Amino acid sequence: MAVSTLTKAEDRTAVSHAARIQHVSKSFGRPGAQQLVLDDISLDVAPGEFVTLLGASGCGKSTLLNLVAGLDAPTVGSIETPGGRPALMFQEHALFPWLTAGKNVELALRLRGVPKSERRDEAERLLGLVRLSGAYGKRVHELSGGMRQRVALARALAQDSQLLLMDEPFAALDAITRDVLHDELTQLWHETGLSVLFVTHNVREAVRLAQRVVLLSSRPGRIAREWTVDIPQPRRIEDSDVAELSLEITEQLRGEIRRHGQH
Amino acid sequence: MASTKTSTETSASKDQDGAAGLSGLAGLEAGLDALETSVTARTPRSEIFRNKIVPPVVAIALVLVVWQALTWAHVVDPYKLPSPSAVWAEVRTAWLQGTLFDYIWTSLWRGISGFLLALIIGTPLGLLVARVRFVRAAIGPILSGLQSLPSVAWVPPAVLWLGLNDSMMYAVILLGAVPSIANGLVAGVDQVPPLFLRAGRTLGATGARGTWHIVMPAALPGYLAGLKQGWAFSWRSLMAAEIIASSPELGIGLGQLLENGRTNSSMSMVFLAIFLILIVGIAIDLLVFSPLERRVLRSRGLLGRS
Repeated sequence: MAVSTLTKAEDRTAVSHAARIQHVSKSFGRPGAQQLVLDDISLDVAPGEFVTLLGASGCGKSTLLNLVAGLDAPTVGSIETPGGRPALMFQEHALFPWLTAGKNVELALRLRGVPKSERRDEAERLLGLVRLSGAYGKRVHELSGGMRQRVALARALAQDSQLLLMDEPFAALDAITRDVLHDELTQLWHETGLSVLFVTHNVREAVRLAQRVVLLSSRPGRIAREWTVDIPQPRRIEDSDVAELSLEITEQLRGEIRRHGQH
Repeated sequence: MASTKTSTETSASKDQDGAAGLSGLAGLEAGLDALETSVTARTPRSEIFRNKIVPPVVAIALVLVVWQALTWAHVVDPYKLPSPSAVWAEVRTAWLQGTLFDYIWTSLWRGISGFLLALIIGTPLGLLVARVRFVRAAIGPILSGLQSLPSVAWVPPAVLWLGLNDSMMYAVILLGAVPSIANGLVAGVDQVPPLFLRAGRTLGATGARGTWHIVMPAALPGYLAGLKQGWAFSWRSLMAAEIIASSPELGIGLGQLLENGRTNSSMSMVFLAIFLILIVGIAIDLLVFSPLERRVLRSRGLLGRS
């Protein structure tokens, strides 16, 4: 195990990007009545980088994430993820209710090809990473919303992918739990050196977490603007620096939304 | 003033967090987890006894009392309604002759092996209909239509095709149970939340691995409902087959017992047969399917405490 992690870490420095999205467009619908959802998106996520995709409803941010995850194919353009199939976390925990928390993690390990003898220990280790060491035998319905998302995070980590995609994973949680999970995610990101592409419509969340915030315009989704966030971690969502940048981004976002009311 | 105060507090707490680091966050999470996890106690045995055992026992006792009262009052001709004691005497006789369990076992064996055969055929069939669009379009409607056809309708053709033997019984059971089992599985697969399929695909569970690790376990509740119905259909079709097609080589099952009772004008034997048929049906449901279903639903948190 240790050896494979090491080679993976070397890979990370060798490759110049964890995800490369080049001129990607996506349309839905039958030919003739097509609706353009994403228009010419180009975006690189560097190894170890934390990027948030921000946008109002209808900007196609979840669609873009699905494309990167390989759940759907772009109409035009290409997407490369050199680190293999990315891990994906959803807004809903998407844990399998017929398995315990630990077995959910083990299923990911099994599908990745980890031998049976190592699965149990590895699952315990991953649950320990999200501070749920005691939850191995717990059923999904016995866990709170925040705990479920942490198990889902452990399951995503079990894929041992270099790229973690997150589709509004904390949107359904209460504010207190979300705040704690922000800390948790930031810490995990520091520890693992993962690249994260995080989709949200919450501006403060985007600024709280990311090194880079990418704003998408809506219908069709285009990259409107990017911000580099150089506020040092650990950040708090209440920090004045976070608030200040959030305000600036929100103004831009409102401008994007207003444009849609004008015609 | 107020805003300055707030900002110093925030930065103070941030410093503290930075110093405490890991333990601060861990403690916070442990606290949240404890607050949000509710402890549910098991229902005490006395309560289960009061709520689950007592009501049906009272109902049965009441039926027996009314029944006995009716025979005492001679409201109905004893030929038409034997007394509970007459039926009990019939049970005793069969027990003393050693034939009681033969009757039950003859039918039960046919029912169980026929059901298992239906399971072996119905499961892949259901999976095929659920997962392959062409197969679904081709035989899906026929399969669900077959469910509404009383399987007793298959007895005459089965006798003509296969003769009066065990194969004919199994054919009738299969025609009754296979559509139920297959349809149950189809319904189960249709109800699998798309999110599970997407989550499975991102984990690498595609094709046969997706079917085995995601689709089948996710469809299990619907599948179990189909199995339960499949058993009911097996048992019913078997009884119909046994009543209609009696022959000395077939041995005496519960259906033949009922038919013998009719030809001998022994109402107590008829009642005995009906009770045994009912009891076997209920027992299988109570001992096999209900616990299985409850276990599956409870483990998924789908069973409300009642």
